[in-house]
Amino acid sequence: MAATLPASAYLREEGKIRSDMKDRPPVARRVSPWADVVFSALAHGAAWLTLALLAGILVSLVIGAAPAIRAYGLSFLWTSEWDPVQNRYGGLVMIYGTLMTSLIALVIAVPVSFGIALFLTELSPLWLKRPLGTAIELLAAVPSIVYGMWGLLVFSPILSRFVQQPLQSVFKGVPVLGSLFSGPPVGIGLLSAGIILAIMVIPFIASVMRDVFDVTPPMLKESAYALGSTTWEVVWKVVLPYTKTGVVGGIMLGLGRALGETMAVTFVIGNFNQLNSLSLFEAANSITSALANEFGEAAPGLHQASLIYLGLVLFLITFIVLSISKLLLQRLKRREGRVA
Amino acid sequence: MTSSLSRACAGAVLAGAAGLAAAQDMTGAGATFPAPIYAKWADAYNKATGARLNYQSVGSGAGIQQIRAKTVDFGATDMPLSDDALAKDGLIQFPTVIGGVVPVVNIKGIAPGQIKLTGQVLGDIYLGKITRWNDPALTALNPGVPLPDEAVSAVRRADGSGTSFIFTNYLSKTNAEWKAKVGEGTAVNWPTGAGGKGNEGVASYVQRLPNSIGYVEYAYAKQNKMTYTLLKNKDGNFVPPDADNFKAAAAGADWSKTFFQVLTDQPGKDAWPISGATFILMYKAQEKPATAAGALKFFDWAYANGDKMADELEYVPLPTAVKELVRKSWAASIKDASGKSIAWK
Repeated sequence: MAATLPASAYLREEGKIRSDMKDRPPVARRVSPWADVVFSALAHGAAWLTLALLAGILVSLVIGAAPAIRAYGLSFLWTSEWDPVQNRYGGLVMIYGTLMTSLIALVIAVPVSFGIALFLTELSPLWLKRPLGTAIELLAAVPSIVYGMWGLLVFSPILSRFVQQPLQSVFKGVPVLGSLFSGPPVGIGLLSAGIILAIMVIPFIASVMRDVFDVTPPMLKESAYALGSTTWEVVWKVVLPYTKTGVVGGIMLGLGRALGETMAVTFVIGNFNQLNSLSLFEAANSITSALANEFGEAAPGLHQASLIYLGLVLFLITFIVLSISKLLLQRLKRREGRVA
Repeated sequence: MTSSLSRACAGAVLAGAAGLAAAQDMTGAGATFPAPIYAKWADAYNKATGARLNYQSVGSGAGIQQIRAKTVDFGATDMPLSDDALAKDGLIQFPTVIGGVVPVVNIKGIAPGQIKLTGQVLGDIYLGKITRWNDPALTALNPGVPLPDEAVSAVRRADGSGTSFIFTNYLSKTNAEWKAKVGEGTAVNWPTGAGGKGNEGVASYVQRLPNSIGYVEYAYAKQNKMTYTLLKNKDGNFVPPDADNFKAAAAGADWSKTFFQVLTDQPGKDAWPISGATFILMYKAQEKPATAAGALKFFDWAYANGDKMADELEYVPLPTAVKELVRKSWAASIKDASGKSIAWK
């Protein structure tokens, strides 16, 4: 079009445009000017929504638990009586059960997961890597109720016969350990719940560990090997320090799952609200299991409020665990680069 | 003029739609124990009349809460509310079917009905006082029965449940120490024992744990062919759990004054001592008379035609006299806003 115009006209046109542009700053080119605004609003909204949900949950928990908080205050945390008939409630049994089962789960799951990740990244023949990794990830997809039923029907008889009874006969009369393994060896209780939880969190911890082990730069590992390190030394002194943030993150992910797991625990923990002994074989209860079992039939009032109070406590426990893991990571970071 | 006319028309249309919907749908929520029979009745009723029942088996406690919040047309509970509690909320309560709770054991070499128990002994087992099967209290009741020298593993419900209520109510009536220390309720502070979730949880614990004892609803014991025990009733007879004996327990109760009847430890030669009815809760003053009429029609129909279905599912139908009393109470108590009885016939 411009080419067909006489040169003077073209210049005039050009000049006109130029004069137009002089008045305004150049406009940034946009496909559609509102898209950025909408996108930014959505992204902000999503972030704030999460925070608002969290705050909302916390507020509704506090409101729901208010009658119990007023009635018991903090003594709820160390009172072990749970008596719906007399309307007296204390959460110690459930809190202890939740912490203990999660602890057992981690004690078992962390070394096993470490072994799995180490095998998959350093030792496994190539052809086995992929099927084994997938199999472990598949374990994470099994619904928890399946673990629970399997735990009750298949695993606990095995545990009773081949673990609890031998342990009891070995540690009979030994002061501390003996009481740890006392009680009826029926295969239901803290230990079985902890082991089932361990099986459930292993896939999470193991796959996170494997992924972070995989991202260790080969140069570091090769250098260590070149200096004559064994595989163990490479993993322990090169891979692990390099990936500790991810490893701690994976463990915390597993711990979070263990603390919050409900269905599987409720099947095998025995749901027993008394704290008679410290035995690992004793039936016990966890916060989530108590909630799942009692909420449907809890009368409005103190019983329900106490259950919600338990939920609030679990919320706080999870929060504390997360905070501790952040602190741990910070300390690890600060020590980075120094000679251990 | 035109606007008021159109409003009247719209009102008529709305009312018509609401009336139609009400005839089709009613909602109830509550006890899990009668849920299978309600579902079966609802299915048959739907085929017979086209009306639909939406029953949520959320538990008795939740059922009571939902009827109080008026989110459902009727609530259902295994634990009857006292007359005072009913009056406070303006509710009426009536029984639908009867069931029984059965102690079951898993001891090698013991056949169903071979072990005799009393409320006192059962209470002592659940108090943790009787810890071995060859306890003198047990051997005295069961001369000649080879009770093993093994620890008793007591199993009970972990979740709050009407079954536990009936069971603990029975223990409270027959064992003074139980009443003083533990009491009765849908959930209690169990002094001993492992808790299974639901009847199926208790049943599977008992079947799996050797030398265990538990309690389940009759239907579970029967379907799973579990080893039930005999119980001593109020008249001093040891009776087995069966439909006739649950009926005998219901017949022994005096329903004429109030439906607040827990059928445990009832008089009667054959009465099974841990029987219980399950109940429906409805408002006396109905804001939606059409829906209420729909619900009452359903229960009326179920009383008339549902006995065989109840039998099939191991529930016990109410005695005819009690059904008549319930119908009378509907006519006398359930009213619409203008104070007229709800027409359910």
